[in-house]
Amino acid sequence: MTITLHHYLVVGALLFCFGILTVATRRNAVSVLMGVELILNSANINLIAFSRYSDVGISGQVLAAFVIILAAAEAAVALAIVLNIYRNFQIVDVDQASTLRQ
Amino acid sequence: MQALAQYLIQTFGLPVPLSVLSPLLGFMGGVVVLTAIAVQAMYLIWLERKVAAHMQDRLGPMLVGGWHGWAQSLADGIKLLLKEDIVPAAADRPLFLLAPLVVFVGSFAAFVCLPFGDRVIISDLNVGIFYIIAVTSFVVIGIIMAGWGSNNKWALFGAMRSAAQIVSYEIPVGLSLLAAVMAAGSLSMQEIVAAQDGGIHRWFAFRNPFLFVAFVIYFLASLSEVNRTPFDIPEAESELVAGYHTEYSGMRFSFFFLAEYANMFAVAAIAATLFLGGWQAPWGGGAPIFGVIWVIAKAHFLVFVQMWLRWTLPRLRVDQLMYIGWKVLTPFAFACIVGTGAWMLVFKQG
Amino acid sequence: MDGYLSAVVFYVFAAITVLSGAMVALSSRLIYAAFSLLLTFFGVAGLYIFLGADFIAATQVLIYVGGILILLLFGVMLTHRIYDFKILSTRVQFVPSVIVVGCTFALLLAVIFGTRWQMVKEAPPEYTAATIGKLLMTTYLLPFEAVSVLLLVALIGAATLARRDLTSGEES
Repeated sequence: MTITLHHYLVVGALLFCFGILTVATRRNAVSVLMGVELILNSANINLIAFSRYSDVGISGQVLAAFVIILAAAEAAVALAIVLNIYRNFQIVDVDQASTLRQ
Repeated sequence: MQALAQYLIQTFGLPVPLSVLSPLLGFMGGVVVLTAIAVQAMYLIWLERKVAAHMQDRLGPMLVGGWHGWAQSLADGIKLLLKEDIVPAAADRPLFLLAPLVVFVGSFAAFVCLPFGDRVIISDLNVGIFYIIAVTSFVVIGIIMAGWGSNNKWALFGAMRSAAQIVSYEIPVGLSLLAAVMAAGSLSMQEIVAAQDGGIHRWFAFRNPFLFVAFVIYFLASLSEVNRTPFDIPEAESELVAGYHTEYSGMRFSFFFLAEYANMFAVAAIAATLFLGGWQAPWGGGAPIFGVIWVIAKAHFLVFVQMWLRWTLPRLRVDQLMYIGWKVLTPFAFACIVGTGAWMLVFKQG
Repeated sequence: MDGYLSAVVFYVFAAITVLSGAMVALSSRLIYAAFSLLLTFFGVAGLYIFLGADFIAATQVLIYVGGILILLLFGVMLTHRIYDFKILSTRVQFVPSVIVVGCTFALLLAVIFGTRWQMVKEAPPEYTAATIGKLLMTTYLLPFEAVSVLLLVALIGAATLARRDLTSGEES
């Protein structure tokens, strides 16, 4: 059987759902970051699948390249913040890092 | 491999469809490369011991096998295979067992794209050199896996130092390779070699001074990528026992060892392909047989220079290492890119 | 035969991606989740190659595996006590999240199979790297420059944030 657009979209949807499951259920800040990376990857699969199977042409791949670059920048800054939280509070629990709230 | 499969089907009239023969030939090519790497690594280990010995005014292996101890690495390999396979009780078993394989895969996958002659290449990808840079980053993950899985603080420190060092030096590697890719106009390895056709003055290393500096930067940065002296903090026997492979013994240790020497040869072959003309002879062109000899000779010369540096220079401190990577090699690599671009604009033939 | 073989390889890569994504979401040991993310990135790169995007696949492996994953691994190893070998990550509100995510997945499937996608069957261009390069210098020049400035800002920001007080900071 031939592989069509729907196959790639379903894989993207599965990864997206696992990504939001990770973000919603994990308490460790680095785990939440892993979930965000899963979400970004699922969006990228969608972009490149549409670039191949519809008439946007290569623009889908250019947009996917931008998404990858932005994910890298975001991961770097987020991890720097997580390291600072650990240095100040000795834990990286997203539920307990709430001193701004009080 | 596609062309080879086509040629075999047409010449011998095999009743096998192209879509089956092509992957099969690719698989067989992979097995051939695996064997070649193993033999190559054993030969390089022997060569290293001889080079080290002669630089230290002694003789090295002389007994095993008769002439200059050529069977020494074979004997060492058999010894390592027969050793007891120790997995520490407190180690993280899946990660500990998987780490040598990930490191070896990272080194081995780079050989797919190395051209050993005109049309002698396992797979001439359109993004050849980019693929090689990308796939050698698996080695870092394997090193971190080994350091963590050993449950040993020396291994963990060695692994993290090694990962930081390799990641820092990936930037000068990428930038200096980018200068060569600019001069070639393509990422495909065969096209890069074809762009250096016409004699030794057309090789990228000798074409313009910026590319020569890029060649030197690539060579130094790739020394750091394979953890060789003067950048071998992660393997420093006097500091960290043995770094990330402290807890490994027998066959698993030989995987790391093999991967290191395979990596050494791979980066030397990449430098030879991108900067020294690949399979071209110094007077331009290269027949299918002699091309293989030329590229292997150039790669071996660079490997010899790597060994020479190891036994001549002292080891750098980790802060000196980071200083050189970030504050010396990276700015010079940027300057090389700008200079190469300017040179190509001014002198039309590049 | 040709379509059959490529379909099998596609399903292998899709299985690698989805199963390792499941391990990232559900594994109780943080280190295993991080290394499963490696398999996810690798599977996604394989899917990109299937879609004819060879340059993006190499970019994916280089940046995600060679950069982001190493950052995440360093983040995991540097943010727990050194004697806490099994970094267990607890889960909160698991059952409500699964229900919501299940509904989201059902909604996405309905959209995917319900919409009439306009599919064009032309082949991808031969040299995607050259085409992407030309587009980045002509049509997408402004996003390209903006992303360069953003990366510079992120580099300086991350290095400053992660700096220790007295000694020089770690690499970003």
